[in-house]
Amino acid sequence: MTQAAFKIWRGDAQDGGFKDYSTTVTEGMVVLDALHQIQADSANDMAIRWNCKAGRCGSCSAEVNGSPRLTCMTRLSELPLDEPVTVEPMKTFPLIKDLVTDLSWNFEAKKRIKKFRPRPPDPDGRYRMAQDDVDRVQEFRKCIECFLCQDVCHVLREHHMEQEFIGPRFFVYVAALEMHPLDTENRLEELKRAEGIGLCNITKCCTKVCPEDIKITDNAIIPLKERVVDQFYDPIRRLFRVLRK
Amino acid sequence: MAEYETHEYDVLVIGAGGAGLRAAIEAAASGVSVGMVCKSLLGKAHTVMAEGGIAAALANVDDRDNWRVHFADTLRGGQYLNNWRMAELHAKEAPACVRELEAWGALFDRTEDGRILQRNFGGHRYPRLAHVGDRTGLEMIRTLQDHGIHQGIQVHMERAIIALLKDGERIAGALGYDRERGRFRLFQAAAVVMATGGIGRAYKINSNSWEYTGDGDSLAYHAGAALMDMEFVQFHPTGMVWPPGVRGILVTEGVRGEGGILTNKEGRRFMFDEIPDNYRSQTAETEEEGWRYTQGDKSARRPPELLTRDHVARCIVREVREGRGSPHGGVFLDIAWIKERVPKAAEHIKRKLPSMYHQFKQLADIDITQHPMEVGPTTHYMMGGIKVDGDTQMSTVPGLFAAGECAAGLHGANRLGGNSLSDLLVFGKRAGRYAAEFAKEKGHGQINTDEAEQAARNALEPFQRGTAAGEGPYQVQQDLQEMMQDLVGIVRREDEMLRALEGISSLRERAQRVGVPGNREYNPGWHTALDLESLLTVSEAITRAALERKESRGAQFRDDYPNKDPVSGKINIIIQKGPEGEMQVRREPIPEMPAELQGIIEEMG
Repeated sequence: MTQAAFKIWRGDAQDGGFKDYSTTVTEGMVVLDALHQIQADSANDMAIRWNCKAGRCGSCSAEVNGSPRLTCMTRLSELPLDEPVTVEPMKTFPLIKDLVTDLSWNFEAKKRIKKFRPRPPDPDGRYRMAQDDVDRVQEFRKCIECFLCQDVCHVLREHHMEQEFIGPRFFVYVAALEMHPLDTENRLEELKRAEGIGLCNITKCCTKVCPEDIKITDNAIIPLKERVVDQFYDPIRRLFRVLRK
Repeated sequence: MAEYETHEYDVLVIGAGGAGLRAAIEAAASGVSVGMVCKSLLGKAHTVMAEGGIAAALANVDDRDNWRVHFADTLRGGQYLNNWRMAELHAKEAPACVRELEAWGALFDRTEDGRILQRNFGGHRYPRLAHVGDRTGLEMIRTLQDHGIHQGIQVHMERAIIALLKDGERIAGALGYDRERGRFRLFQAAAVVMATGGIGRAYKINSNSWEYTGDGDSLAYHAGAALMDMEFVQFHPTGMVWPPGVRGILVTEGVRGEGGILTNKEGRRFMFDEIPDNYRSQTAETEEEGWRYTQGDKSARRPPELLTRDHVARCIVREVREGRGSPHGGVFLDIAWIKERVPKAAEHIKRKLPSMYHQFKQLADIDITQHPMEVGPTTHYMMGGIKVDGDTQMSTVPGLFAAGECAAGLHGANRLGGNSLSDLLVFGKRAGRYAAEFAKEKGHGQINTDEAEQAARNALEPFQRGTAAGEGPYQVQQDLQEMMQDLVGIVRREDEMLRALEGISSLRERAQRVGVPGNREYNPGWHTALDLESLLTVSEAITRAALERKESRGAQFRDDYPNKDPVSGKINIIIQKGPEGEMQVRREPIPEMPAELQGIIEEMG
């Protein structure tokens, strides 16, 4: 059996650094398995978030060898084990302890987005929708809220514009609402102002790290940007708005 | 003395999976103040793992379906030990609950004419499961979460409850701690809804997350509530078996619903070898007929792969024990074979089972559109739990309600796939409504702060012992899991279970001595030490109930009593804490079913 070396970030907001650990590697093991082994053997108090261990819940996000990943879906066999594997918390969010960060801003940001407002059902009380219309939105609803896209987005990671910008996760959320076949709400005003969609400069970093392969930039952000442009910058519409005033 | 912050709510919901969220939404809608606590972040509860769908007799795909058929299927699957009132309400109310979810934004897969599509599942006579590919649970929890955050519910994330507090006989609140800082929190509540999910972490091979330590069952038990049907632990037939790190992760029954077949190492479809008598008339005679069923032919009967989970799991165990298993101790589940029948099969499989495709590709290097999967049984679900009133979901403790997996009754001796998500909706909603009613009528009780302080002091003991104690909590947890797996697993015997009881009492002594390093801030070692009490309590309850039921029925298979016993078929086994703190076991006759429901059972054969 082979041993693998790990450098794991230990500490809290005040103080911390990488600590060295070593653990036995077995076939098919993922980074989260290694973290659990280390936790059980030599670091009982090491803080980790995890739930499903199957890539569905989005709890175990961290930065492995510098890349934002779900630790439960990152196999050790895809990493070079001749050097230590580094595991550190997501950098964008305030640290609580070890690999656990304070994600509460995300939950607050979601609350501010106008909620789903469906049209009335058909006369028989049912809704009818075509699979094609549903497919487009189902892509967005695959999101597991791992917040890796938020972690990697420059606007949040480097510029910390949490007050002006909701981040890729919530553009996907708004896109799912806006393109929902039953929804009747209009969220474009907020997208432009409070939610800051104009701040995204389409570098596609979010799309690259999405473990669900959601085409965040192409399928959510760009179409939303287009809708904002259509509503606020289309000359005919502008004229119409001026006249209406 | 331990310090704590105090919160006051009319209704406190413990757990934020499907049942907890649905209960909180309903309680808030009736105008009372609602607090909800959950051990993880919001939206991460185990409901996200549900794959197959929500069972509801919408009759969108087969118009012969209705609540009466669903009711009869549920009782047949549960071997008639079910709380028939719950089975009736569940079958009647599930369709409206699914439509309600749709009105809150859930986007189910559609039929040709735009209605909610339904799929086949084990034990359901007609295609009945409303679904979204194989990620229905995620759709459900996200819909409830996104709706729930606008209903004025106060959500306390990453908090665990360690004791329920009573005022005389009735509930008065709960004590918990926050994971982040380790501070104690006192919740005063007129009514409490338990929605804590299952007990899977009592076993080594399981499909459950760390949260599934049986907290709700254990807290309710220690507060004096009766538990019921604890012997019925569902071992899902198809968990991953290889590589070792993923052992136990669920492979949805939807694979079989879409035409997947089970074979042994000789390539034989062994499920045809043994068909239980009560399902014979509903089961396909040939492979050809089974295939036609999965493709929607209404004249065909279902393939034996879609028999109930208890039966399929036992057949897999038999194949493995008799030396016909796969290389890593399972059997083969093959969906790739449908390329013989379906054009563009690879695309079809990826579309119908995207999460499964992804899971095997990423975790096991297997392309399920080309190769069979290796699967074996995994501890999945607890049919038993807190005994509740069928209409109101109130436990035997006034003001304490329970819904979802931690409540007992709906599923009897074996749960049908898809009946869990519908359970969460129907009974989450009922628990929320009646908890709010109770709160309005009875108001708040008085909390005994001495009791709360004692619980807080006990919780801090692992720190006082520190690492000098010599043993941490993880080893005790692992030893318990291994013992339960070996001695109280799928196949049970009296001598082994008596050994398990001895094992549990020595593990309990070890648990009382464990120490943890570090401080109270986000310390999983400490949290694990506190979870041990719940795990030990439910393990003991499972073992004692399984010893008492001297027959094989549903999920309980006794090697020493391999047949059904007609007398045991008329009772539920009840577990309750005795006056000296000892665990008491008793038999309770199942109330007689009204003639109308009895008539349905007879008519459906």
